[in-house]
Amino acid sequence: MSTDRVHADHVHEHPTWKQYKWVALWLFIITVAEVWAYYIPALVNSKAFVPSILLMMVVKFTIVVMFYMHLKYDHHLFRKLFTGPLTIAGITLVAFLFLFGKL
Amino acid sequence: MATAAAAGAHEAHEHAHYTTTGLNHRKIAMWAFIGSECMLFGSLISTYLVYKGRSVVGPFPHEAWTSPTGQVFKPILNIPVTSASTFVLLMSSLFMVLALAAVENKGKPGYEGLLGSSKFWLAATAAAGATFLGFQAYEFTSFVHEGLTIKTNLFGSSFFTLTGFHGTHVAVGVLWLMTMLFIDMKRGLQPKDAINIDIMALYWHFVDVVWIIIFALVYLIK
Amino acid sequence: MASHAIPTHASAASPSSEQTGLWSWLTTVDHKRIGILYLYTALFYLLVGGLEALLIRTQLAKPNLHVVSAETYNQLFTMHGTTMVFLVVMPLSAAFFNYLIPLQIGARDVAFPRLNAFSYWVYALGGLFITLPIFFGLAPNGGWFGYAPLSGPTYGGGFNMDFWVLGLQILGISSLAAAFNFITTIINLRAPGMTLMRMPMFTWMSFVVQFLIVLAFPVITAALFFLQFDRFFGTQFYEVSAGGDPLLWQHLFWVFGHPEVYILILPAFGLVSEVLPTHSRKPLFGYNVMAYSGIMIGFLGFGVWAHHMFAVGMGPVADSIFSVATMLIGIPTGVKIFNWIATMYGGSLRFPTSMKFAIGLIAMFTIGGISGVMHSSPPSDLQQTDTYFVVAHFHYVLYGGAIMGIFAGIYHYFPKITGRFMSEKIGSWHFWLNFIGLNLTFFPMHFSGMLGMPRRIYTYDAGQGWDLFNLMSTTGTYMLMIAGLVFAYNFFSSRQRGAAAGNDPWGAPTLEWSIPSPPPEYNFAQIPEVASRYPMWDLKAPDRTEGIAHSHADAATIADAHAVPVHEETERRSAKELGIPMPFPTIKPFMVALGILILFSGLIVLHAGHFALAMATMLGGAAFMVGSLYAWLTSPLE
Ligand code: HEM
Ligand SMILES: [Cu+2]
Repeated sequence: MSTDRVHADHVHEHPTWKQYKWVALWLFIITVAEVWAYYIPALVNSKAFVPSILLMMVVKFTIVVMFYMHLKYDHHLFRKLFTGPLTIAGITLVAFLFLFGKL
Repeated sequence: MATAAAAGAHEAHEHAHYTTTGLNHRKIAMWAFIGSECMLFGSLISTYLVYKGRSVVGPFPHEAWTSPTGQVFKPILNIPVTSASTFVLLMSSLFMVLALAAVENKGKPGYEGLLGSSKFWLAATAAAGATFLGFQAYEFTSFVHEGLTIKTNLFGSSFFTLTGFHGTHVAVGVLWLMTMLFIDMKRGLQPKDAINIDIMALYWHFVDVVWIIIFALVYLIK
Repeated sequence: MASHAIPTHASAASPSSEQTGLWSWLTTVDHKRIGILYLYTALFYLLVGGLEALLIRTQLAKPNLHVVSAETYNQLFTMHGTTMVFLVVMPLSAAFFNYLIPLQIGARDVAFPRLNAFSYWVYALGGLFITLPIFFGLAPNGGWFGYAPLSGPTYGGGFNMDFWVLGLQILGISSLAAAFNFITTIINLRAPGMTLMRMPMFTWMSFVVQFLIVLAFPVITAALFFLQFDRFFGTQFYEVSAGGDPLLWQHLFWVFGHPEVYILILPAFGLVSEVLPTHSRKPLFGYNVMAYSGIMIGFLGFGVWAHHMFAVGMGPVADSIFSVATMLIGIPTGVKIFNWIATMYGGSLRFPTSMKFAIGLIAMFTIGGISGVMHSSPPSDLQQTDTYFVVAHFHYVLYGGAIMGIFAGIYHYFPKITGRFMSEKIGSWHFWLNFIGLNLTFFPMHFSGMLGMPRRIYTYDAGQGWDLFNLMSTTGTYMLMIAGLVFAYNFFSSRQRGAAAGNDPWGAPTLEWSIPSPPPEYNFAQIPEVASRYPMWDLKAPDRTEGIAHSHADAATIADAHAVPVHEETERRSAKELGIPMPFPTIKPFMVALGILILFSGLIVLHAGHFALAMATMLGGAAFMVGSLYAWLTSPLE
């Protein structure tokens, strides 16, 4: 796991403005879509609303974490340090919803 | 907790010292801290969701409510305003990565102009953070005017606590950004300082992703 | 109080350090001295928690006694539980994390030495904050798990639970800061060649525990914030009349609470895993399985919390899931027991006091483990919950497990820490008094519990069949107190007069035994390069490590670290002579901790109704904290 030392400080090149602006654009578009969906009564009342909001939320979350927080490029150790706790937090949250009759 | 992390976050013990992974101590600690924050916000969000729809009196987030005295309350959440503040926070994350890139690449070709100005991007990030806090202050005061305080009902208690905790994190981030900006103005940040911005950026983006979740779960889903 | 006694006693413990005196202890950033501070403070609290238990048991010795009032009794059992969990076992474990982790992985200090001092001072001040009120009859009185709404403003309106809520918040900061520190230390400061699967088992278990802390403490932090807001700012989280749900507290508390019990026991497991191979003169049986079962326990530990809540009626689905998960977690735990036994099997055994305590842990923890599996079945648990049967169970695992393991660790590492042996003869007395006393105290509780005696009652009527068992328990407690005195005598007299111990008094396999006892401030004059799991046995008893993988780190890494092969270090020179940069002592971590304490105290003033004074205290505390923090962050480490 930790035998692979990173010798230079920046073996992993961080992305640049060229990628970042696309990331920002996508985040913007998805946010617009989220708010838009909120104002379509037919969609809000349908079964698809909650899943689609959740999906968009997850996509935004993933984009920020992968590109802005560099998890896609950085040492795998950081990925483990983040995804482990995130998974436990997620499972606990779902368990709470179940235990309190929200699922 | 934020204090503890910040304390660890600045303690450079590793310069010229051997480390097992070659990674920066503080960056490892910051990721561990973020892992821990997942559980903190996980608990706060769980509580909000568990209590959703269980308040016995209004005002409510998404439904109108008439009090026993005949007073009418609108659904209280203000989606247009919060959408704007969400947009500001998202943009602050862009400014933040650009600040990091500016410090990392100081003096390199392509980073002569605005793109290389770490001062500008740090200031922009801090300003965006402050604007977000301004929106939140506006939201909180207008809620209080409309009759929702932290004491009113379960919704008020859990809503103000959750968003208040998030806002506190933003405020700590703004303070941190301004400290870095101050250092930049005093002596100019160099590529060797990039790790400090990198760690601050991790914190900042994490606060941003927490908002992405809050915005969807609290504001958009009815 | 005892905090004054700490420096003078402990200063002799590290003759290597040039400075002594109170100021040097307030400003130290040396992980070994901080470890010693933790050790002394926590042993002091063991005395406090023990005296509380003694009062509890004296009150219960016979039916209808009135040694203490019902209200005092509530404060006693609440403070006993809170003290033992947060002020004794966790900090005793922290003493070993501090002292041992850097030594075991071949490092000169922890990753963040000043943050480490900060953790200790937050603990020390938080401990006083939560303990002192008992002298004014204001100690917390709602049980160590502070169930809301009993702990909320409606039913717990006095100051008592204020101290509990705020005290636990303060102590949580200490544990979290330490956890980030040790995670970074273990990931990033291992000597060349010390891969994860070569770490000593104590370091492994500590590593798992740090993750449990990082994940479990934020949950109780959130739960406590809700309670704090309910109490001080009028929120309604646990206010039943407003629709608040008491089960919310229970769930949040136990999401923290169950991992917490592993936080209490895994370090002791780690210590025992060091003692057993050393005195069996044989490698730990199934090292990999031991490490993985530790991880398994940690992971599954997050999925069993509601077994504390079978009595609330969660429904068959939830009950079944949590029941099965709880039974599952017994497997990796059982694996550890069998591996320890297999480690001893066929070894050439020695029985110094540390080994007696280690074997004692195996036996006692097994008893507690078995009654634990009994609770995992809801129908059976419904008969046992809230009775003395449960009290018997958790004392077998906490006293028979955690405390016995820590005693094993103290006897084992005393020579390393002080350079002197503890008396084996007195140690043996201590062990047997302790062993008999513990069983005499807690075994009868199985019976009083089965006969229906509820926990947390301050007295009972005669003629219910409980009298004899209670008298036995109380007698055992007095025996335990005598055992404690014997230990204290042994500890202090051995510090002065114990026989001198060399680097490696036990012939142990790991790195901490390659350096002088007590270790010099820089630990390792040269960073060792490790080629196997048992570097010291490679050196001294190579026949024991024949069957174990050996390999060398690559040359670049070794050169990078200026590492040399593992060897015994006998010279004792100063860091300056060797050119090793050491971190400066500093008072700033203490000041930040003090600022936090002042900040929280402001809320007590608020409850007392002095609004302006409260604001002044809180703002003053916050300003002092932030100012000290900036001063700390802007001053160089070394
Ligand atoms: C000196 C030996 C000890 C004795 C005689 C003792 C005795 C007791 C008794 C009689 C109770 C039940 C009080 C009641 O329900 O009314 C109790 C509760 C408790 N004890 Fe101990 N104990 C000892 C050591 C420990 C240790 C070492 C730990 C933990 C590491 C511990 C943790 C607890 C906890 C968590 C409770 C529950 C408190 C509550 O109900 O809120 N005890 N103890
Ligand atoms: Cu449990």
